[in-house]
Amino acid sequence: MTWAPITVDATHFYLQVYFWIIVAVLGGLFLLMTFVQGGQTLFHTSKTEMEERAILNSLGRKWELTFTTLVLFGGALYAAFPLFYSVSFGGAYWVWMLILFAFVLQAVAYEYMNKPNNLIGKGAYKFFLYFNGVVGMVLIGAAVGTFFTGSNFSYDPVTRILKWGVAPDGFNLRGLEAAIDFKHGAWFNLAMGILVFSAARILGALWLINDIDNNEFPELIERLRGVAKRCFVVLLVALLVVLYGLLTMKGYAYDIHDPAGKVYLEDGKYLHNLLSFGAIPLILFLVGLVLYVWGVFVTIKGSNKGIWFSGLGIVLIGIIVFVIAGLFGTPFYPSYADLQSSLTIQNSSGSKYTLEVMAWVSVAVPFVLGYIIWVWYQMKKAGPITREEIQDPESHAY
Amino acid sequence: MHVDLTMLEWARAQFAMTALFHFFFVPFTLGMSFIVAFFETIYVKTGKKEWKEITQFWQLIFGINFALGLSTGIIHEFEFGTNWSTYSWVVGDLFGAPLAVEGIVAFFMEATFAAISFFGWKRVSKGVHLASSWLLAIGSNLSALWILIANGFMQHPSNEFGIFNIDNSRLEMTDFWALITQPVAQVKFLHVVSAGYTLAAIFVLGISSLYLLRGKHVDFAKKSAAVAAAFGLISSIFVAVIGDEHAYEVANTQPTKIASAEGLYIGEKGAPIVAFGIPKNLKATEVTSNEEAFAFKIELPSMLSLLGKRDPNAFVPGLKDLVEGNEEYGIWPLKKLAQIGKEAREDLFKYHEAKKAGDKAAMEAAKADFYKVVYENPEYGIKLTKADLIGYGYFANPNIDPNLIYPPVPPVFYAFHIMVGLGFWFILLFAMAYVSILKGTFENNRLVQQLAVISVPLPWIATSFGWMTAEIGRQPWTVYGVLPTAESVTPIALQNVQATFFMFLTAFVILGIAELKILFTVVKNGPKGAH
Repeated sequence: MTWAPITVDATHFYLQVYFWIIVAVLGGLFLLMTFVQGGQTLFHTSKTEMEERAILNSLGRKWELTFTTLVLFGGALYAAFPLFYSVSFGGAYWVWMLILFAFVLQAVAYEYMNKPNNLIGKGAYKFFLYFNGVVGMVLIGAAVGTFFTGSNFSYDPVTRILKWGVAPDGFNLRGLEAAIDFKHGAWFNLAMGILVFSAARILGALWLINDIDNNEFPELIERLRGVAKRCFVVLLVALLVVLYGLLTMKGYAYDIHDPAGKVYLEDGKYLHNLLSFGAIPLILFLVGLVLYVWGVFVTIKGSNKGIWFSGLGIVLIGIIVFVIAGLFGTPFYPSYADLQSSLTIQNSSGSKYTLEVMAWVSVAVPFVLGYIIWVWYQMKKAGPITREEIQDPESHAY
Repeated sequence: MHVDLTMLEWARAQFAMTALFHFFFVPFTLGMSFIVAFFETIYVKTGKKEWKEITQFWQLIFGINFALGLSTGIIHEFEFGTNWSTYSWVVGDLFGAPLAVEGIVAFFMEATFAAISFFGWKRVSKGVHLASSWLLAIGSNLSALWILIANGFMQHPSNEFGIFNIDNSRLEMTDFWALITQPVAQVKFLHVVSAGYTLAAIFVLGISSLYLLRGKHVDFAKKSAAVAAAFGLISSIFVAVIGDEHAYEVANTQPTKIASAEGLYIGEKGAPIVAFGIPKNLKATEVTSNEEAFAFKIELPSMLSLLGKRDPNAFVPGLKDLVEGNEEYGIWPLKKLAQIGKEAREDLFKYHEAKKAGDKAAMEAAKADFYKVVYENPEYGIKLTKADLIGYGYFANPNIDPNLIYPPVPPVFYAFHIMVGLGFWFILLFAMAYVSILKGTFENNRLVQQLAVISVPLPWIATSFGWMTAEIGRQPWTVYGVLPTAESVTPIALQNVQATFFMFLTAFVILGIAELKILFTVVKNGPKGAH
């Protein structure tokens, strides 16, 4: 089942690369914004109701931005790489449905949690937030893992009707096999899940330390520092597993100049990708890693500015992870069931015309980022979250 | 392609359930965001504290609804992939673009400025806060614009903005500007947003009337009602005017939908509108007269021709004409369309076989056949190729009843008529409220107040039925005339779809009840207890 790249038109190819980089940037920004999900798993660090509300209100002002970034990430993939959307969402059905479910529950929890007569009680809404933070993050991490380890699918080259294979146990788990099929890299996918989860949790702690008034809530802040420290150990282990996998596994590859776009396996593929372009990807990756670790380090040492270093760091790491997954002749959504069904930025993309139109639309992105930063600054400059604000009847506090 | 029809029905039910649930919240957001911005503008202009109180009370209610609107909205973006993956492949190149644009230009605006509008009362200046409330409202409405451009494409996919690409075997965009400016999408947008304004205005008017009836929060209720009545009167009249324009567009682009909505089985000149009636669910191929199609009906003669074609004597095709054809009016029978669609599919496969074999001549021949013009009308600038009719190939299957080319008549008929009837009621209600407010008698006009309270749930019924008219009325297509619903669905085992259906249903029922309980508590406590 060979399927030639949709086109070998150079402009089309550069547009495909451009949109993959946009996807990578959105992916990186989404990882930064997962401090919300990470923070949602830290309610247990509060010992008083006021501490709990400080956490709730700090995250409650930012969750929509994470949510929106996820929606745009999906929308950009849909518009730019529709075949991916069709294959991955329709194929790995349960992975995406559970991620979706986790986000559906999250969206109401902030608004309803402390309202009187909320039917199921505060604990249930807190559980929704926790569920979103743990299940949402682990599954998204594991789903990104399959960008490297591959999935179990093939499709008809003319009608594009999808076949999603069965797992070793005979059931069709529609994507969840990625967590149990160790022959096809489940350990890597799981490590990615834990890595994304622990990275988000640390970011959550760093964010809360920065955003909640340190003088009014000194004990909470100290407990959050403790979480950052302990989680960092978990993160390091997961990171080592992922790096080991990434640098040693056989990667999926194809020649971008080959009109047939034949996919094959290549030793050390992702290491080669990191070293491409004068090793710029590797350098950026390491800079991101150092920034992230530095942010955690200064936080543990008593600073409340760590989030800015770690936040920038994770954006860089996220971008590079997506870049090496999809550029330099790498199928970003490989199939281990049928190598030639693997999706590349070339064979899964929108038409040249659509990408051109979307490229013009993307001019709005810096403007959007600009007003988001401006709004963020406006809200931040009045200072951290205080007891007074939480108790003020006019502040719409949760 | 083999389709598990039971699974198809479950996938449809899931989408319908999640879409309708989402659509309880969307119109409210569209209208309420503006009403809150109006109140806040009056507050900033007058500097009076009571207007701030009014703003914050309605904003609290807005926020409770907004959260559930967001959470139920994200589902659809995912569902297009999870449950409708073939749809996403075949039309994603056209359909994905407006969704992505919505994310970039509208959704971020909505979410970002919502943060200031909700939490920034003490954190930013009055001016920045007011601007944010307006930007939140504009962002929400822009969001609706892009979604309805995407939906407009599903209702009326013209080859002016997209054609089927034989190499990639999918529909590809050819003109983005034509896609976003097509009249079907534009009138749909105006109809939906103005319906949202009407809905929110009735809610504010109804709750204010409730307070007046109970003699509570009188000043608050009078001020709120005055703004709501003015906004509602303008909006409800606009809904009707643009609704007429919308029906005209539908009559000219989706003949099966308008014929089903009016229960018109046999086309006629000077076709009537059925003002009231009980339609039967018949097979168009077996119907011999329009009389047998209704158990009972009251007609307004020639009105359908007038509204649908802008000419009281014009011919409006009925469902039988659309299945069996009508030579006199140049309507092709389904059989002919299906045959052309089938040939297009054969050409497509021939082309790909030739491509695989490297046979250039055969490729060219198949391609020429595929794009052969089968109909041309220079007067209207219409040119149809075989490729444009590829979707009809589905109906070439002899096991498929040709009567499935149109939607079931009773649900579309009832949904449409109840929506229209309620629309007229809303105009009357607002007119009564507005006149009594102008006269200064509203405070003591218990009749209008009671009518307003009883009417609170009605616009939700109207908007849901409007949505059902549009979506059930479009069946059996996801993209009208291009992609059959049965060929859009993800090939997946039934149990998966059933499981996710109940997963969402359970969550929605619980969250929906929670929302109503919270809302009732807030309303009961009134503006003084709002914060």
